[in-house]
Amino acid sequence: MNLNGVRAIYKFEMNRTRRTLMQSVISPVLSTSLYFIVFGTAIGSRMGEIDGVSYGAFIIPGLLMLSLLSESISNASFGIFFPKFSGTIYEVLSAPVSSFEIIAGYVGAAATKSLIIGTLILLTARLFVDYSIAHPVWMLAFLLLTALTFSLFGFIIGVWANDFQQLQIIPLMVITPLTFLGGAFYSINMLPEPWQTLTLFNPVVYLINGFRWAFYGVADVHMGLSLGMTLLFLLICLSVVWWIFRTGYRIKP
Amino acid sequence: MQPIIQIQGVGKTYASGFTALKSVDLDIHRGEIFALLGPNGAGKTTLISIICGIVNASSGRVLADGMDIVADYRAARSLIGLVPQELTTDAFESVWDTVSFSRGLFGKPADPAYIEKVLRQLSLWDKRNSKMLALSGGMKRRVMIAKALSHEPGILFLDEPTAGVDVELRRDMWEMVRGLRDNGVTVILTTHYIEEAEEMADRIGVITRGELILVEDKDRLMHQLGQKQLHLILQTPLDSLPAPLQSFNLELSEDGSQLTFTFDAHQETSGIAELLSSLSEQGIALKDLQSRQSSLEDIFVNLVHRPEASA
Repeated sequence: MNLNGVRAIYKFEMNRTRRTLMQSVISPVLSTSLYFIVFGTAIGSRMGEIDGVSYGAFIIPGLLMLSLLSESISNASFGIFFPKFSGTIYEVLSAPVSSFEIIAGYVGAAATKSLIIGTLILLTARLFVDYSIAHPVWMLAFLLLTALTFSLFGFIIGVWANDFQQLQIIPLMVITPLTFLGGAFYSINMLPEPWQTLTLFNPVVYLINGFRWAFYGVADVHMGLSLGMTLLFLLICLSVVWWIFRTGYRIKP
Repeated sequence: MQPIIQIQGVGKTYASGFTALKSVDLDIHRGEIFALLGPNGAGKTTLISIICGIVNASSGRVLADGMDIVADYRAARSLIGLVPQELTTDAFESVWDTVSFSRGLFGKPADPAYIEKVLRQLSLWDKRNSKMLALSGGMKRRVMIAKALSHEPGILFLDEPTAGVDVELRRDMWEMVRGLRDNGVTVILTTHYIEEAEEMADRIGVITRGELILVEDKDRLMHQLGQKQLHLILQTPLDSLPAPLQSFNLELSEDGSQLTFTFDAHQETSGIAELLSSLSEQGIALKDLQSRQSSLEDIFVNLVHRPEASA
């Protein structure tokens, strides 16, 4: 295994994060904090509890998931798209690194950055809202799984995208709406039919609810189902990435 | 001795249907400087990209030091350094970081002393903390070379290394390439500067329309370069070449109005004096004389434009 190669890619990507600290770390933490202030402190104090959890605390897992998904996708997609766009990918393709090592470098760095942001958001939330974590190990497991899965998903988008617009389409037009409609701000039991049933087709529902269960022990869907869906999505992403490297799709003519 | 690179029946047809390479066979000898000449779009970069693992071949295979570049890609790629034609670097990285990145990527442990040596050799040491975007085109070209050399490759590909480079830097690069060859590195360069091939190469290959149409030792080609032609325009056309003139390397034109004498300019005696004397003895009067020396460029142009090359 070319560990030096993995380390080089990982370090390169983390250096990029360091160079753009304001944009890549401070900005998402700040914007999520605004949600805590508005929905947690200001509006949340006038709203009732949901499933025995105060509204301010209830939205923490969903908001965290929102940031985690968008940052994982954005970091990993840009990480592979930019070398493709600028032509510097020639070096990675000509180096003695395997597909797995390339993925480990790019996706590992993207997931690390998402985890750093997630941790900062969690710490920042403490300033505005009281919350508890009922199952910290599961919380960590969901955090890791989601960061990894969506970094892989971001990698796929980065390979697929031919321009900057395409790079933004999926996160903005698909992921953000799915997260907002996936129960980040409400329990899906509050929805009337047929929306309640339709919402179950939104995969983000399972991510948010699994995460919420880890925090408060309550969720709209069973935790096992949430875990299963997350693992299924991880498997799908891994399969697509494997296919990309096998065929050279959009990276190797 | 086993060639350091063996290219066997390598072809490439892109998804668009365009055939960039048609079954190329080529051996690169250990420690030589091989120049691959060809017009734009001839397939030079595609061939290099296949060897380096950037493009998948449609057919054939490539061995680097006996190792298949696909089946044994780790060992094969570790041997190869590539300086691409385009100046593709991360604009916001420093020179030091980008060169160190390349070394790590190729599996080598960090070695600041070696990176320093490479940067000093390429006159980049003073620029080690500069961001890539702050460098001139020539300096960026040097950084590309430093990146390719960072993992101490035994084979170096230089794809149009002096394109857009000023004369001074071009001379520096030639010196550097010779130095690498002297240290045992095999260098394969593509160029469309004939002068560059003449100056540096041990062997020359000419590729056009995806076909390798010539591989020749440079000195042998230079020998062809040394051949000169003397065109003799006759006052009265001849029906055939008189017997006393047949010992000379002469060709009579179809209309009989011109004789072409081909001779080796490197020989002590060209034979011109003897020829002129014989012509006088035969009573053949001359209207005009023209002397012309063919260059490697002429040879190259003739090769890439001859009918069988364009078929």
